[in-house]
Amino acid sequence: MRTAFITQLIEEARKNDKIFLIVGDLGFSVVEPFVEEFPNQFLNIGIAEQNMAGVAAGLALEGYCVYIYSIGNFPTLRCIEQIRYDICYHNLNVKIIAVGGGYSYGSLGPSHHATEEIGMLRTIPNLTVCSPGDPIEAKELTKLSANTYGPCYIRLGKAGEPIVHESDFEMKIGNFLPIIVGEKNALFTMGATLKYAKDYVLNNKLNASVYSFPFVKPINKTNILNLFIKYENIITIEEHQFDAGFGSAILEVLNDLIEEGLLTNIQIPKIKRIAIPNKFFSIAGTQDYLRNAAGVILETNFFKN
Amino acid sequence: MTSLELSKKIRLKVLDLVYKANASHIGGAYSMTDLLAVLYTDILNINPELPNNPDRDRFFLSKGHTCAGLYATLGLKGFFKIEELDSYAQNGSKFLSHTSHHISGVEISAGSLGHVLSISCGVAYACKLKNENQQIICLISDGELNEGSNWEPIMFAPHHKLDNLILIIDYNKIQSFGNVKDVIDIEPLKQKFEAFRWNVLEVDGHNHNEIKVALSNSKLNCNSLPTVIIANTIKGKGVDFMENKLLWHYKSPNLEQYTEAKKQLEKL
Repeated sequence: MRTAFITQLIEEARKNDKIFLIVGDLGFSVVEPFVEEFPNQFLNIGIAEQNMAGVAAGLALEGYCVYIYSIGNFPTLRCIEQIRYDICYHNLNVKIIAVGGGYSYGSLGPSHHATEEIGMLRTIPNLTVCSPGDPIEAKELTKLSANTYGPCYIRLGKAGEPIVHESDFEMKIGNFLPIIVGEKNALFTMGATLKYAKDYVLNNKLNASVYSFPFVKPINKTNILNLFIKYENIITIEEHQFDAGFGSAILEVLNDLIEEGLLTNIQIPKIKRIAIPNKFFSIAGTQDYLRNAAGVILETNFFKN
Repeated sequence: MTSLELSKKIRLKVLDLVYKANASHIGGAYSMTDLLAVLYTDILNINPELPNNPDRDRFFLSKGHTCAGLYATLGLKGFFKIEELDSYAQNGSKFLSHTSHHISGVEISAGSLGHVLSISCGVAYACKLKNENQQIICLISDGELNEGSNWEPIMFAPHHKLDNLILIIDYNKIQSFGNVKDVIDIEPLKQKFEAFRWNVLEVDGHNHNEIKVALSNSKLNCNSLPTVIIANTIKGKGVDFMENKLLWHYKSPNLEQYTEAKKQLEKL
């Protein structure tokens, strides 16, 4: 995903000399092609994330479209007040890029497990919160972010994720993307669990649709209403803590639609959330290993026949 | 209007604002009043008629809790009608008691300390990228140097040779809950900044001529480095019973104190 991001950012910078990339002393073997082509639109600010967010705000005040880039919790939690007050309150054109979403850097330990940031960031007004499911989504979100004014967070995985999308699609803010079409059951996935979700449904020959949600915030309410009406059983899966993450966002939208009278009692789907059970996992392991340890796994009995 | 005349008017206006709103932070507003008066009279290239002109100098106030001083200055300089300030800190007013970027002439909202120097560095960096010649001036408090987030841009600015940046420290020696030297002593301040490779100037922050000379000459011998002006000031300056008193970080004057303070300020 990070390669897809930087490749697209280079494309955007070729068209827009206001694109500016700041890294927090990270990005080895990723950002070098950007640096080579646009040395004057790049800055390694050092290991100083609060300064990175503040300097980005300053550059954005002067008309730049600024990307700040680091690992998981560092460009997010470490500088969350700068994100809230300097970037989002002033509604500045700063894009926050985290690599290593979820358990991407599993064996590096909880310091590098980005498993709470979606919940924290999605409460901040003006901020769009995104989590691509594969390199194609990462590319399209990068393109969209470069061409849409305002603060945006993009949670990337690492390198080498498989491509899941087999056909072209149009990325629109708030929209989700159908991956497999089935009936009765719908599996909603945020971010890098997309490939796992798709394979699970295919391998187990489940009668289920799979939808990828590149946006945790906003979620297009009109479109998701149709899914709530269509499916009686919905499962959400995410590499994030149980509270305040993607599944919570889905429940909130569902509740609001019910409260607005747009779903009748018999139309209300059952929703099963799969997420990290509000725990830290202090064990080494690959991303898959930690997902299993944390119980971010599907079971066939979650699906109706 | 000279800077001295402006400083007197700022102090009187601030007194009215905090008295009417029963607001805090008059002490810190008075310690920086003379700095503001000189900046807006003799230094900053800003036209109140065109507050967003890209060529303007940029002034960033980091100690946002003392915004009554900045609002009074901007109102007196014609960035908005001074009567608008009557709503300061009242229900529904856009004049919050921390700086708001929704007010004409205010570059940035500030209320959480230790943010604005980084933003100022970003603006200074951008202006250099664009080959523009504005001055970027950031005013912070002394207690604010407790914030670790300030030391990141203090390292950043000289490394990137931001000689278009001037940092002013309102060194009134009193922070929120005690004397600076007792809470977290920031001395030796001059040597700290020299060690961080800044061009360091020290002034009496109430002597208009010293302030003006320092600000005007900051670029002359700076060797492509950012400049810090340590302004030695007095919290509550201008009203004898407020001077050097922690109490006036918080307290709003009662009628008797208001009347006495007004009498003293009118004699300045």
